[in-house]
Amino acid sequence: MGLIDKGRMPAPLTKLFNISRSYSLWVYQWGLACCAIEMGAAFASPRYDVMRLGVIPLPASPRQADFVCVSGTVTDKMAPAVKRLWEQMPEPKYAISMGSCANCGGPYWDSYSVTKGIDQIIPIDVYVPGCPPRPEALLEGIVLLQQRIKNEDMQAKWQGDPFTTLQATRAAERGELSAGDSTGETTHDISTDPQPIPERNRPEPIVVGGGPIE
Amino acid sequence: MTMMSDRQQLSYIASQAADARLNVELETEGMTLNIGPQHPATHGTLRIIARLDGEQVIWAEPVAGYMHRGYEKLTEVRTFPQVTTLINRIDWLGSFANEVPFILAAEKLMEIEAPPRAQVIRTILFELSRIANVSLFLGDLGVQMGAVTPVFLAFRDREYVLNLIEGATGGRFHPNFDRIGGLKDDLPKGWIDETKQVMKKLIGFCDENENLLFGNEIFQSRMRGIGVIPADIAKEYGLSGANLRASGVDYDLRRDQDIALSYDLADWKVWTHPDGDSWARCWIRLQETRESCKIVLQLLDQIPAGPIMTKVPRIIKVPEGEAYVSTENPLGEMGYYVASKGGLGPFRVKIRSASFSNMSITPWVLKGVYVPDIVTILASLYFILGDIDR
Repeated sequence: MGLIDKGRMPAPLTKLFNISRSYSLWVYQWGLACCAIEMGAAFASPRYDVMRLGVIPLPASPRQADFVCVSGTVTDKMAPAVKRLWEQMPEPKYAISMGSCANCGGPYWDSYSVTKGIDQIIPIDVYVPGCPPRPEALLEGIVLLQQRIKNEDMQAKWQGDPFTTLQATRAAERGELSAGDSTGETTHDISTDPQPIPERNRPEPIVVGGGPIE
Repeated sequence: MTMMSDRQQLSYIASQAADARLNVELETEGMTLNIGPQHPATHGTLRIIARLDGEQVIWAEPVAGYMHRGYEKLTEVRTFPQVTTLINRIDWLGSFANEVPFILAAEKLMEIEAPPRAQVIRTILFELSRIANVSLFLGDLGVQMGAVTPVFLAFRDREYVLNLIEGATGGRFHPNFDRIGGLKDDLPKGWIDETKQVMKKLIGFCDENENLLFGNEIFQSRMRGIGVIPADIAKEYGLSGANLRASGVDYDLRRDQDIALSYDLADWKVWTHPDGDSWARCWIRLQETRESCKIVLQLLDQIPAGPIMTKVPRIIKVPEGEAYVSTENPLGEMGYYVASKGGLGPFRVKIRSASFSNMSITPWVLKGVYVPDIVTILASLYFILGDIDR
């Protein structure tokens, strides 16, 4: 990716990359509890058939995966393993939190052994509420994630800047930067930078259905 | 170590010999293999630590607790109607079956009984959740051996059953339909006819699965004679359900105990198998799915008219006392020991879940087996991880 190292990424090329990325997502299934069955129904059942969306379930390892679907109750005993697998995934990576337990603790909100919200451990892009959510809800979450990937500015992301959409970057280049848009520095040269890429600031997460995450 | 089978005894001696480095023919080094806690093909988290000698397991230990959610403590701070919401999620594949023993225990303490119509509908939903549970097992079984087609078939036909449960209860997965003293709602219009059609489809699914999977030569060679559990060992470890019946013990709580469910209205059979190996356990479950379909088909014609709810107070207070009720759940014997002090919620609930006892035999049964057989034996024992850890 020499183009990116030079700090410039033409917009048509970004779009091409983004479309390719969004329709060849390898999902790592982190099935923990009840939601894993609904995830299995979405991924393996002929009725829901996630492959028509360009998502390929069952990679052999998290190191091949593009996004992880955490479905089910995360307990305090399990949380270090979730964190470790997230760290093994290569960038660019995304996370979907499926079900109330992974979102916020769900029916075990006052339990002594349940982690109340996987977002305390890993950054979440899409929340799918429900206990458990129907397979259709998970499919909608995946479609929303694909829309986010399609609009993402890869150059800004690989330089470690906060999440930026292509439209916001273009508006900044034209000098129409409004107060709400965050673009970051675009002159930053990553090839000469000795520092590792900082953990990028995650954007506002998407919630399927638009309601609260419970 | 009482009453081992010959094959296991031989392999046990062999492994001991290897451990003492007496095996001069092929010097092998001990190795510890960690399986789990998570695997993409499972729904739940169980970790198994196995000590290997070459390809042979000489010692294996399950590590439970990765799914522990503290049910027994949480029930102490919930009211009686709220507890059913929680305990749906213990064995998440047969949710309705989890509610029934708890509700029966509460009814026993309150000295009330559900009306006959509610009892028959309860039995039907109980068996439907068993079918939903075991059909996924039959599909998942193939995946453990690298056959992917059965899982598609299982998910296809399981959807019909889930639609029925959703139609009757409103919940696709966790119905939360059982109430103390009856049921929440009556059956919707047209549900009975639809159920009859679906049950015929499910019997077809069993035939298809038997031809496709159970008749397969690779399946048989990986299952027959592997993981043999004799009857007395099975009893000692407290196995229940199909795992016990596959060892030749004729014991089924649906038939053997007098409980407020309408199994006596139907004509059905308790299947047993003398072998006690992995194949027998899977075969028993296949036959039980057929029997469940038959039970549902017979009970659908015998639903009596009448109310679905007895008179219960608006705010349920269970009188002081203790009760233990267990039923034959899809995984085995599941029981609730409920102690009440006359308050709104239970004082203490002890949950006897089938999978915990079924899993406890893994150190015994895995001793002396080969590494690829670990997966098939664990699959055939069939425990649900939420049911182990609670």
